[in-house]
This record gives sequence, structure tokens and C-alpha cells, in this order.
Amino acid sequence: MEGTAVLERLTWRVAKVVAVHDETATARTLALAVRDWPGQVAGQHVDVRLTAPDGYSAVRSYSIASAPNSDGYIEITVERLPNGEVSPYLTQEVMIGDELELRGPIGGWFVWRNDQMEPIQLVAGGSGIVPLMAMIRSHRSAGSSAPFRLLYSVREPETVFYRDELRALSNQGDAAVITFAYTRVTPKDWPRAPSRIDAELITSGTWRPALRPTSYVCGPTSFVENATDLLIAAGHDRERIRTERFGATGERK
Amino acid sequence: MSATMNYLDGNAAAGELSRIFAMDITSAEGQCANCGAKRRFAEAHVYSNCPGLVARCALCGHVLLRFANVRGRVFLDLRGTTYLRVDAAKQEEASN
Amino acid sequence: MAIISRGFAGRRSAAEAKLPPGQYLTTDFPVLSAGPTPHISLDRWEFTVDDGSNVVKRWDWKSFRELPSETITTDLHCVTRWSKLGTPWEGVSLDVLLADVKTDLPYAMFRSYGDYTTNLPLKDVMNKQAWIAFKYDGADLEPEHGGPARLLVPHLYLWKSAKWVKGMTLMPHDKPGFWESLGYHIYGDPWKEQRYSND
Repeated sequence: MEGTAVLERLTWRVAKVVAVHDETATARTLALAVRDWPGQVAGQHVDVRLTAPDGYSAVRSYSIASAPNSDGYIEITVERLPNGEVSPYLTQEVMIGDELELRGPIGGWFVWRNDQMEPIQLVAGGSGIVPLMAMIRSHRSAGSSAPFRLLYSVREPETVFYRDELRALSNQGDAAVITFAYTRVTPKDWPRAPSRIDAELITSGTWRPALRPTSYVCGPTSFVENATDLLIAAGHDRERIRTERFGATGERK
Repeated sequence: MSATMNYLDGNAAAGELSRIFAMDITSAEGQCANCGAKRRFAEAHVYSNCPGLVARCALCGHVLLRFANVRGRVFLDLRGTTYLRVDAAKQEEASN
Repeated sequence: MAIISRGFAGRRSAAEAKLPPGQYLTTDFPVLSAGPTPHISLDRWEFTVDDGSNVVKRWDWKSFRELPSETITTDLHCVTRWSKLGTPWEGVSLDVLLADVKTDLPYAMFRSYGDYTTNLPLKDVMNKQAWIAFKYDGADLEPEHGGPARLLVPHLYLWKSAKWVKGMTLMPHDKPGFWESLGYHIYGDPWKEQRYSND
């Protein structure tokens, strides 16, 4: 029937861990080779399912960090939560060669497609950087000239994910403009005292509303609500702000 | 953790809802049957830390959708949503 | 058939105590909720008993707290499979609350602030089987665990112990509440593993 679009039903697929890389003391990136992976759009996530020998299973959602590619592999970055059930396993137990099950790619709203030409504003709180990094990487690999800006709020310098890559991007200047905000501890000689995102940071660290950017805000729920309220107060159109909330402690169940 | 921020959003429900919905639900526009607000399902407040999944209107808190996957039987209650609108043409593009 | 994840066991610990089938022991106190935590001020709080047409009994916080209460130590069994043993509560028994309620209506729908409901046979909340609890572990019951007051019916799955309880409606027939209308068992006996409506 013309106009009907039935997406391929999401089934659980087997993924093999092919590489691991620590981003910070508590966050690890897993590179996964996924059988028959259909490809993804930047911003989508996967659900990962772990099953214990007695049949007990736990499912958690993780954003895909890597840019779309045709090699059938994806990367996810997992932050280890102090009372987590799944994240300690994924960040400390899992070894290269292990298999996981995952379902995806999931999500069609919180995505950036490389045919979008408007200015893009990315706002990340903590582990909320993951899907936004996929957008940055997708933007780069597509050679897109859409203007990109990132406002990345973290607790302290040691908690920045993808540090080297972001620094290299910063140095390139035209790739993406990056503003860091520190909420607890700043780098030495930092011009601002530690604080959560406020109106002043929005003014200095994001595209002005007149440019009509599409904004993507991701992080813990309280971060997303605060940042979104500030963007709207600064004059941004609610319709042009897309959000993705992680649990208050950063975990998406 | 503040108990008042104990929700996620429609993105978190998409994996489970894919058991019933053939199209991407996060980009669907839904109208709240209680207050009439029209929002993308991605923006709904989702409570999934319970025996099922409950999506509430971000404006008025009314239950838009309830879902439970109980041992292979899937239950869906959409009484709180007047309609869900999916842009079929865009979905077609997106899956290509 | 799901693939087994090497070395994954989850959060559970081995149970030495006898647990209902399919349950595991937890040492923390998980907070599960279908909506935002309501914050009810004590000068607004009330608990009412009605029969569908008329309010039969009403207490405000002051009169509720003047009722005789007792301490209970009991086990909790959640349908999401965790069990927590030896939990200490203080509350007013439903036997006390319903002492001079004369009714032949055999069922009740408990209603909470927010929009949660759960149904129970009246005989399951009488005879020392149920309380309106307002203290946990010696301290005022916290909002995220159902404070100022919640229903406590430990012989059934914990979804029947409605948090933020505000009243009960007596009914002639059993009617499914919030979870019971979405695939969960109408009664919910953990010892018979009555989790779902086809159990």
C-alpha cells in the first residue's frame, strides 16, 4: 500500500565485543560487531540485554556513540553507576570476544540526519554527550557544512568523554565550536567558577535564537529540564528543541 | 536523586513499544485526551521503573499510554491519547 | 532462547530464607512508581471510606493519628521479583479503621493521591492482614516510599500496598485497578505466584 512504512520489526541480535577503550575512570566504550546490523542514524540507541544462567535478564538502553558506517559495527559508551546492576558488568567484567544481545537501532526523533543544513546546537550533561558525539562524528564523516556548536557540562575535567577527539575538533575551529562548563571542579586558571548551566552560559555558549538552530539536549532528567527551560527563556522555539533524558543518575532503564 | 525528576521520556519507551508499533513512535505527534496538548511522543514523561511502562503528558501529568509485557502477553492502554499521528512519508524516507 | 552473558548474575543474592517462588532477596529498598511522587501536606490529607454513593467515614491527619497504632515487622514481595524481609513499620490496622463500618459490600478499591488504584477483597484487609502505615524503620514514611501514609497488605504482592493512599471505595463486585487492568493478577498471592491475569 503506497505511503505505508513498516519498519523492520526490532529483534534481538547477537553482538560480539571486538574492542574496549576506557574514556574516563568510570566510563568505557565497547566496540561491537553486530550480525546483520541494518545501520543507524546519529542519535539512535540500542537496548542491551544480559541474561544470567538461571534465565534472569536485565535490559538497559545505551546511545550509539559511533558515526554510521557500513562495516556492521557500532560503539556504545557505558558509565559505571555506583549501584548499577548492568553497568559494572559492562565496564569491568566484559571481555573482548564476549557476546551480548541488543535490539535496535531505536528512535526517530532525537536524531541528526546529514541532509539537515540548519545550524545545530548540542547541549550535553555528563554521559548525555554520547548520542551528541555520534552526531558530531556523523557530521564529520559526511563532510557536512552545517554549523555545529556543543555546550558540554561536566563535573570536572577528568569526567570529559572523548577528550582527545574533542580537543582536536576544537583546534580545527571550523568543525565544531565547543564550550565546556564545569559544575564542581574547573581546570586551573579557568575564568569561571564552577556552576551548572545558567542563562549566561546559554548566551555565550550557544547559537543565538535568530539563527533558528535545531537543538539537541541530552543528560540526566534534571539537567535536560534546566537547559531546556533556559533555551526557551533565551528565545529558542520549543518546537526546535529535541531532548533525551537519562536517569537522574545517568542510567536509562 | 530528586524524586520529582524520576522520569525519562518517550525515547526510553521506544524499544519496548516496538513490540506493538511498527513505526517509530518517538516522532509521532500525540494529543493528550485530558488537556488537549499536542506533543511528540519523545517528549512524554515516561515512568518505566514499575511493573509496566506509563507515559504521561508533560504538561498536565495525565496518563497517555500504559504498556505491560507480561510473560509474552503484551497489554496496551491508549485511552489517555486522543490520537497518535505518524508522518508515513517521512517514515518511508527514514527507513531507506 | 536468549544467549547467556558470561559472568552476569545481576543484583541478586542467594536466599537462605524461604521466599515465594521466583523471588530473590534484596537488601536495598527499591522505589518503583508509575508517576511523580505526590507531595501532600498534612493539613490537606484525608482518608475516606465510601460505598460508591456516600462517604461513610473520614479522617484528617489529626484524627487518624489519634487512632491506636501498632508496629509490624513483615516481609515484602514485589511482582518485579525482589523481596525484602523483616521490614519494620508502624500503622493503624484496617480492623481499627473499619471497626464501626457495617457493610455487606465484599470488595474495595483503594485510591491514592496521583491516580493509582488497586482492588482487594474486603476480607483480605481485615483480621490483622492490613494497615495504613505512616512510619518506616521508626521514622516518618518518606514520600518516595508512599508517605505520609500507604496501605500495607504484606500477604499479597506489593503493588496491592498502595502508596499515598487517600481512601477506599466499597464495591459489590471485584473490579481491576491500575495494574490489574493491564495484565496483572486480580488477587496477587505471591505464594501461588499469581503475578499475571492468566496465572
